Amino acid sequence: MPVEAENNQDFSQYAHPERLVSTQWVADNVGKPGVVVVESDEDVLLYETGHIPGSVKVDWHTDLNEPDTRDYVDGKQFAELMSRKGISRDDTIVVYGDKSNWWAAYALWVFTLFGHQDVRLMNGGRDKWVAEGRELTTDTTEVTPTDYPVVERDDSVIRAYREDVLENLGTTPLIDVRSPQEYTGERTHMPDYPQEGTLRGGHIPTAASVPWARAAAEDATFKSRDELDAIYREEVGLSDGDDIVAYCRIGERSSHTWFVLTHLLGFDKVRNYDGSWTEWGNAVRVPVAQGEARGEAPEGVR
Amino acid sequence: MTTDALPNQIQELIEDFDAVPEPDKLQLLLEFSRSLPELPARYGEHPEDLEQVVECQSPLFLAVELEEGTQDPGVNIFFSAPAEAPTTRGFASILYEGLDGLPASTVLEIPDDLPERFGLTKLVSPLRMRGMSAMLGRIKRQVKEQQAARSAD
Repeated sequence: MPVEAENNQDFSQYAHPERLVSTQWVADNVGKPGVVVVESDEDVLLYETGHIPGSVKVDWHTDLNEPDTRDYVDGKQFAELMSRKGISRDDTIVVYGDKSNWWAAYALWVFTLFGHQDVRLMNGGRDKWVAEGRELTTDTTEVTPTDYPVVERDDSVIRAYREDVLENLGTTPLIDVRSPQEYTGERTHMPDYPQEGTLRGGHIPTAASVPWARAAAEDATFKSRDELDAIYREEVGLSDGDDIVAYCRIGERSSHTWFVLTHLLGFDKVRNYDGSWTEWGNAVRVPVAQGEARGEAPEGVR
Repeated sequence: MTTDALPNQIQELIEDFDAVPEPDKLQLLLEFSRSLPELPARYGEHPEDLEQVVECQSPLFLAVELEEGTQDPGVNIFFSAPAEAPTTRGFASILYEGLDGLPASTVLEIPDDLPERFGLTKLVSPLRMRGMSAMLGRIKRQVKEQQAARSAD
């Protein structure tokens, strides 16, 4: 059974405080029955250099992405992964990772596609754990394989496709969480070096620019509720009930923003467009806006 | 240039990676990341002399030096990458072991798809692999520029 939420004053400001745990909570609870701590990083080797004792590794590229089709693993592959990592369907999963939990949030989002009920983030991620001088080990975590059930992925609630974005252009608020240079379409690379993989620069018209890391504090934890409300509600203009789509380059950074909007601010219809700019910036005849202005939805794109 | 024509010190690295099954390739890359030499003090004190490889997802800096006095000077390469970026360090370390000390003409002939020959593309995402390609591209560009500057003297 999932374990109780951490009773932590710092988290009570958020809409769903049970989605966060502190580094201390992890130190106290890692290895207990019903709790599995998962490290998920941008760097595929970081876990091997030292991880929280008792944690297991999930790599977004080799474990969560389908190798042939550009998609996530299916229900069977996910069940195999979870079983291999010693995770049961009703376990509490706590994910942590590098870069302010950027990739940890991505793993959490993918776990949510499969309806895993209780997935939390360790606030501050790997950086905070290390900064506090807590123990890391290179010892292999002993795992007892489980028999995780095959549950089909449900993309309908928290995942957006290009068609969804295009059809609702001008009505669904879009949040572009990439860097300002990626948003404006300015080239960031040096002459003589190819730009990586997209044929057009810029952003989806009407999208607001909010780089994902604006939601993270210096110590890699999340900013306070007030600070987050000031950004997403006041500055961007999001309101309760909005159908919101976040995107970035391949859907990883926007998972972080998805977590913030959904679990910290309590918006209940937020989707992550994982096709993101590597799809949109290569797609034929989709509208693109350049520069700092959000841009208008063109007539007749729907 | 075909694989057969690669310099020995690179060919051996490719064979090392080829010889281990897929899960162990990451372990091998980790070992490379640990063996990346420290920057010499003259660069440690002057980080502005290093070029940042912005294509890498983690901070990586490099410097290239040509040996003195010969027609086809040996190339010396220096890297700096933080311990929190072991994959980037591993790539840098492979290039260091593969390229350091080779004559400039040989470095310039290294095929641009070298990073794809270590069997890591399935384990390491495309963006991460591009970081290694960018390092190689920048090393070659620096070699060319420094050779041009020398022949202009």
